[in-house]
Formats: sequence, structure tokens, C-alpha cells
Amino acid sequence: MATAGSLKDTLKTRMGITNSESAARLEEIPEDLMTKCDNCGTLLVTKDWLRDLKVCSRCGYHARLSAPERIELLVDPDSFQEWDTSLAPRDPLHFPGYQEKRTAAQVKTHLKDSCVTGAATLEERPIAIGATDFRFMGGSMGSVFGEKVTRLLERALEEKRPAIMVISTGGARMQEGLLSLMQMAKTSAAVARLQNAGVPYIVVLTDPSTAGVQASFASLGDVIMAEPGATIGFTGARVIEQNLKIRLPKDFQSSEFQMEHGQLDLIVPRAKLKETITQFLGLLLD
Amino acid sequence: MLSRWLPFEKPLVEIEEQIEELKRLAARENLDLSDKVRRLEDHKRAVMEQMFAELTPWEKVQMARHPKRPYPLDYIGALCSEWLELHGDRAYGDDGAIVAGFGRFSGRAVAIVGNQKGRDTKERQERNFGQASPEGLRKAERVMELAARYGRPIISLVDTPGAACSPDAEERGISEAIAHSQLIMSQLPVPIIVVITGEGCSGGAIATALGDRVLMLEHSYYSVISPEGCASILYRDPAKAPESAEALNITAEDALRLHIIEEVIPEPLGGAHRDFGLMCKSLGATLERHLGELSQIPGPQLIEQRYARFRRLGDFEEQPSVAHPELNGNGPKEAASQLNGL
Repeated sequence: MATAGSLKDTLKTRMGITNSESAARLEEIPEDLMTKCDNCGTLLVTKDWLRDLKVCSRCGYHARLSAPERIELLVDPDSFQEWDTSLAPRDPLHFPGYQEKRTAAQVKTHLKDSCVTGAATLEERPIAIGATDFRFMGGSMGSVFGEKVTRLLERALEEKRPAIMVISTGGARMQEGLLSLMQMAKTSAAVARLQNAGVPYIVVLTDPSTAGVQASFASLGDVIMAEPGATIGFTGARVIEQNLKIRLPKDFQSSEFQMEHGQLDLIVPRAKLKETITQFLGLLLD
Repeated sequence: MLSRWLPFEKPLVEIEEQIEELKRLAARENLDLSDKVRRLEDHKRAVMEQMFAELTPWEKVQMARHPKRPYPLDYIGALCSEWLELHGDRAYGDDGAIVAGFGRFSGRAVAIVGNQKGRDTKERQERNFGQASPEGLRKAERVMELAARYGRPIISLVDTPGAACSPDAEERGISEAIAHSQLIMSQLPVPIIVVITGEGCSGGAIATALGDRVLMLEHSYYSVISPEGCASILYRDPAKAPESAEALNITAEDALRLHIIEEVIPEPLGGAHRDFGLMCKSLGATLERHLGELSQIPGPQLIEQRYARFRRLGDFEEQPSVAHPELNGNGPKEAASQLNGL
């Protein structure tokens, strides 16, 4: 979403406003009245854009959502009870700049780390749900993230609640080194137990879903659905291009690309996610 | 000749050249210079002992990548009295970057999977530098499941700069293959011993590293990302890899301190490639000890212990709870999400 300042600049240019009177009137427009689509640049009325769940009515671009927004989107109103709010990251490797980066992310997001988990109901069915927040250090998975996901999966197993994970991440958090890598093993092993017990586990991939997270619990859902146009993959396209000295098509690693290659069950527009998950759970369980 | 020396080994080059020179001289002039040669060899040993006891993380990375470093098929050839390699994922192809099969190790039939890098340019390409494709990981998975059905312990030798990095690997689900291999390994009711023999880098390494025991050779490294990759992100400069190697805590001692591994297996002075026989002896003895211990444990208990082993890995603290203002129903309304129409 573009800032108000640049929006007004865009308006000025588009409308050819040069005289000071018009410019002054433009200043009176509330800052958040309009929102520019990050993909096609269309100016959208913010109120309509929010009603459309931050999906562009013109090009269908799904803007990124925060973890709290994700959860609110998918659960019954006021049903969410957050789990493990006490878990906070440390700096086991004394990694250069980690504490500063993390503190900045904490201030920005009001989150302790990049993953939010908890209990909720979905059309009155008890579920366990977690979402990752890309604003928090790229939604990266360190010890807290891995622990929260594992506890969510374990608790889902214990209480026989279907588990839902909504992904938005750049992968493992390099600032926690090997401890981050181990979260891949830990979470994948927890999924295995859920599978054995016959508790459904649903993954929703959103933009972006890549690297270490994608190569662990995010690829292990009983059903994997993705929002349209998300970037999904293991190695980033830019890295592959540099390593192999090739050019990749623009849609490489898009949801549609992954669907075509058999890596997804469904592509589901944001507005249909809740009902699709509900339907799937009903078909498995009712 | 010089190409087998790593940059930090330069002081040794000189000493070795002197030794060679003396030997040549002795032969040519029919002199007895053995005293001098022995003194130089003692000196070389002293220099090496100090050098290899104090390797920096980046120097260890270079050791792990040494072109003469033994690869899994070398160890298999030396440690197994029988070996039958199996091929293919039964779906798409056979990946040379992963070797998998059954062998007999000190009288015991075992399954072995490993990353194989290749010695010359042609073989390196054929084996894609030990970077597993989805097919390779699915082959390993198939062989490990077969081993479990027949109660055979599994040895996984990890030596990879990472999983395959290509459009093909992406199209055929490298993420899923890495994830699924971990899921399967967590559920196998037979002993699994993992040894990081060279590079243990990123998702390609953890894919086959979910064991009851995880061990590292002294000069191997184990990391969430390559030092170069980390440097590109952190410093926007791959040349800063030495700094990244330091920051990432990737040496065997680091992994031991962080409780990621059970044991560091010492290497012969100067690295595994300098005395392969000795390396095999200590690797073989270590594997035998762990296999002996693990084979006493019933399968279901192995699975539980393996789960607990990885379950406890992580470093975090528990602070007083603060619910997120936008969540939990009862948060302040003005902070609630701006999304309407839900």
C-alpha cells in the first residue's frame, strides 16, 4: 500500500494540478481516503479496498495481511484466544544487529515474534490456528516461531482440534543459525504425529511462502491451498537466475505455476478462504 | 601440486618443499640426511598441530569443501564388506547427488544414504555437486522406509552445499521433498545415525539429518545458510563470507555447545583426506558404538526419543504475557483490524 504523500503526488500529476488553490484543496483530502494498488497502481477508495479484504478490485492483487488480520479473516468473530503469548526470542548466537532488528520489528508490529497462534472457532468448530507476519523480519522462523508452531500442533493433537497454519515468510531466520534450521525438523516431526492421529492439518500459503518454512511444515498439510498470485518456492528466483545465469519467466513460482506443477491442492481467493476451509473440514469430519 | 593446498596451509608448503629437497639431495648424493628430514618433519607436525587446532570457522568451511575430502562412497567402500547401491525414485529419475543402498558394516546389515559430490568436473556435474534434487531425496526416503520394514539401522552421511537450486527442482517440489523426508525420518522405528562429513548446509542437509544421534567430523560445518548466502543478505557482499561464517556459529564445537549434535569425531592431523585409513578407523569405531547402543532400544521408544531430541531444540524465554491489542476479542476496539465485512 502506497503512502498518502505519494498518493497525493500521483493525484497531482494525474489531474495535472498546478495552481495553488487546487493543491490546497487536495491537501484537505483525508490521508487514507485512497489506496494505491502495489501491483497495478490503480487508485482505490480505501473503504472499498478494505471491504474487499485488501484485494485490488481491478487486478485482483492480494496485498499482504498481518498475522492478526489473517486470523481475524478466518475465525468466528471474538472467538480467538491467543496461546503462548509469553514466548519471546533471545539472541543465542549474539548475532550482529539481531537485537536491533528485532526490537524495531516488535515496535512496528506489537508482536514479540513473527508467529501468532491460538484457539478459535470456525463456524463454531473448535480449531487451532496460527499465522505468520511478514512485517516481522520477513516472517522468518527462529526458535520462538518453531516452538509456537510445534506447541500448536501438539495441542491440536491433544484436543483433537483441526490445525490451520497461514504462511507468509521468507524462510528460516539466519540470525539464530542452526537453531532455526532445527525448527524445520521439529515442526515436521510434529506434523507426522498429527497425521498419525487423524487430526486434519490445513496449510494456507500466502505471499510469500518460501525457503526453510516451505521446506518443512508448510509443505506437509493434508490440504495445501494458496491465495492467487503468491510467490511459493524453495530457492528464490533471483538466486537461481544468478547461479545458473538464466532468465526465469515472470510467473515462475507463482501460485498458478505451483498449481500447474502439482504442488498445490487449490488456489482460493481471499474472500473464499474461510468457506473453503470450512467445507473441507466438514467433508473430512462430519 | 600446489592446488591441493588451502590458502591458510601456506606455511606447510615451504616446509614440505624443504623436506622434498632434502630427500632428493640425499638420493642424488647418496647422503644420510635422515636426521635433518626427521627434524623438519617434527617441525611440520608442530606447525600443523597448532594450525589445525586453531582453524577459524571460514577455514573449517574450506576444509569441509576440500577437493580431496572423502565422500560417502569412499567411506562406504572402506567401511562396508558388502555394498549394493539402489537407484531411482520410482517416479521420475535417478539423482546422482544422492547415493542410497544397503551394505554390511562390521557384520551388521545397514542402509546408508549420503550426498555424493563427484571428484572431477564431469562427475561433479553428473552429481550436481552433491545438491539433492527431489528425486534424490525421494530415493533416500524409499530406501530408508525399506530399511525400516526389515529392521535395518540407517546411517546418513551428509555432505552438501544445499539442495538443488534450479527451475526443475522447484517444478518437481524440492520443498515438499525436503519436508517429507524429515517427516518420514521422524517416524522410522529403526536406529538412525547422521554424520555430517563435510558440508551440512541448509535445507538440503536437514532433509536427511533427522537422526537419533547426529555427529560431526571435526572439520565439517553445519549451517542454516551458506556463509556466502548470509554475507549477500547481511553485508550485500559475498566476499564477507568469513565474517558470516563466524557469526553463524557453524563449527562442530558450536553445534555441540548448542546441543545440536551429540559428538564431534576427531579427524587425523590436517584433515580426513590426509590419513583416510585413520579417519575410517575412528568413524567406524564411533558408528559401531552408537549402533550398539541404539540397537538395544525398541522401535517405538526410538521414535519417542527422536521426537524429544528435536523437540527441545530452540532458545527462547518466557516473558509475562501480553495479549496482542488487535486480537483476543477483548482488545481495545480502536486498535482492532481495519478489515471490514468479515
